[in-house]
Amino acid sequence: MATTMITPLNTSSRAASRGLSDISIRNLFIIPTIVFLIVFNIFPLIYSLGYSFTDFRASTNAPANFVGLKNYRELLSDPYIWNNFAVTAKYVIVSVVGQVVVGFGTAMLLNRTIPLKGLITTLLLLPMMLSMAVVGLFWKLLYDPSWGVINYVLDLGKFQWLGDPKMALYAVAFTDIWMWSPFVMLLSLAGLSAVPKHLYEAAAIDRAGPFYTFFRITLPLVAPILMIAVIFRTMEAFKTFDLAYVLSTQPSTEVISIRLYKMAFQEWQTGRSCALAYIVLIMVLAITNIYVKYLNKVKER
Amino acid sequence: MAHIQLKNISKTFGNHTALTGLDLDIADGEFFVLLGETGAGKTTTLRLIAGLEKPSEGQVFIDGVDVADWGAAERDVALVLQQYSLYPRYTVRENLEFPLKPKIRRLPDAEIKDRVDRAARTLRIEHLLDRKTDRLSGGEMQRVSIGRAIVRKPRVFLMDEPLSALDAKLREALRTELKNLQIQLGATFLFVTHDQIEAMSMGDKVGVLNHGRIVQTGTPHEIYNNPRDTYVASFVGSPPMNLIDGKLVNGRAVMAPLNFELPFSGGAKAGGATDGRPLVFGIRPEDVYLESGAPVEARVHDVENHGVEKILTLRVGDATLRATVPARTDVAIEQAVRFAWNPDKVVLFDKGSGVSLRHAS
Repeated sequence: MATTMITPLNTSSRAASRGLSDISIRNLFIIPTIVFLIVFNIFPLIYSLGYSFTDFRASTNAPANFVGLKNYRELLSDPYIWNNFAVTAKYVIVSVVGQVVVGFGTAMLLNRTIPLKGLITTLLLLPMMLSMAVVGLFWKLLYDPSWGVINYVLDLGKFQWLGDPKMALYAVAFTDIWMWSPFVMLLSLAGLSAVPKHLYEAAAIDRAGPFYTFFRITLPLVAPILMIAVIFRTMEAFKTFDLAYVLSTQPSTEVISIRLYKMAFQEWQTGRSCALAYIVLIMVLAITNIYVKYLNKVKER
Repeated sequence: MAHIQLKNISKTFGNHTALTGLDLDIADGEFFVLLGETGAGKTTTLRLIAGLEKPSEGQVFIDGVDVADWGAAERDVALVLQQYSLYPRYTVRENLEFPLKPKIRRLPDAEIKDRVDRAARTLRIEHLLDRKTDRLSGGEMQRVSIGRAIVRKPRVFLMDEPLSALDAKLREALRTELKNLQIQLGATFLFVTHDQIEAMSMGDKVGVLNHGRIVQTGTPHEIYNNPRDTYVASFVGSPPMNLIDGKLVNGRAVMAPLNFELPFSGGAKAGGATDGRPLVFGIRPEDVYLESGAPVEARVHDVENHGVEKILTLRVGDATLRATVPARTDVAIEQAVRFAWNPDKVVLFDKGSGVSLRHAS
């Protein structure tokens, strides 16, 4: 199909008068992108795959020795790494579920004619536009045990939101929910407003109650777009680094990317961190693939 | 089954008035057709009865009970829309089951199956039951949509131009089916359409709606033969009634700008048709006939051959007149012919108000 899409070059156009053919124009657009991708994405990807089989340390001049699958073997049998994965999984679940509930709920509330709807929607979208690091710093102030606004408003005294090892992960996830619920809301709103109004009327005529209408009409129709939001947010949450890094130093919030960062740039175990990065990459790919499979199934139904 | 009554209904949307002072009475078990042009307020009337809109003024009664505070669910009506409104992603069976499955009113499974099967049989969609709705043709979709209405045994069926998106053949077939269905169920039907053929062929009673007002209600026969005003006369019937300006002079109809005369002695019968009063003479094309010794000469402007009959457009001076003649009549365009009318079938309208003299008194 792609080949038939190429429209023939208009022979009287300016491009044609300069002697550019269809193919040279195509190359003009495509080649820079391909070069960029190769230099900055594909080359490092393959190069780091090579490093992941060595004991290379970027901090020394010692030559890299090939160690085979040792890095992978050690990483996968390291209980600390598994703990990092467990923390990440917990974080992903709490944060994505929270975002879907809050985001979809807000979208349901906004999906009607209310005054100032446009303004309200824009305001609700603001958190999403901020920088992660800035959001982290702000929430660190809000969570502060002695003079943070949250403890003051909730009258919690000196509750250690980020200092409490059990609470810290939830506090980080909550910030993530605050920041990214608008994203889920935006996609859900698009899905909700695409549900034809006459279906709701038909359901009302068919004497369906609000819950029945929601589960039998609204949800099935919004599900595909909601799934896309979930895929995006899961991938992002899995890779979270900045928010957790800025907010907390607790071991209970050490998600896998923080571990990776420490391993690569504090302990300078370059080869081993490359291996870890590959493990993370494979996991994200696997999760995404499962989602996409499920999404296609939902769409087919 | 129910008796529907609308009393003095008005409905405005912003500063647009959709309905004004509408009165409507639909008897139990009646097939009532609401006929009108696009934008006349037909759909609004339906939605008011269904409870999807609230009237700005006036009351809706179902079986004598004012239903102002009732939602669509409590009114227990079925609505079939032009755009089918099938629930996507579900099969035909799931669509038909939908109105029977809400938790509050859930019927036993056997009963649901029984009703769905019966509806499918009635509408001849049994072979489609397990198909997804997006893989149906227009006619099939509309049948499913009607099926969803009949599984529930509602008090009244409301149909909003259910046939107008279908092709001609299918429309004809479904027209008959719907009428049979209504007789079979003995249900009250309110059928909205802009197609006067549908109105004529299906309705027990027809209400003609123009700009948010009911102009005339009556049996198709009444509407056709005794239109209340020139609007109804020109809207109902295909080709429409000929309307010619003129006046009565000594028992003859003298067409003023057209300069021809026809015998007409029924002036006194119609009441108020005194000599010289400006009138509009209405005559159906089938009551205009060609005859060699007839009083008026005209030229054939156009011939439409419909198989069983021919519709001629006759030109007298610079005005035209339609006449339905048997198909075997041999005429050519621009041929000179002579025509007369059946004076008993002439309807007189007041020139100023357009109201039929028979209805004015």
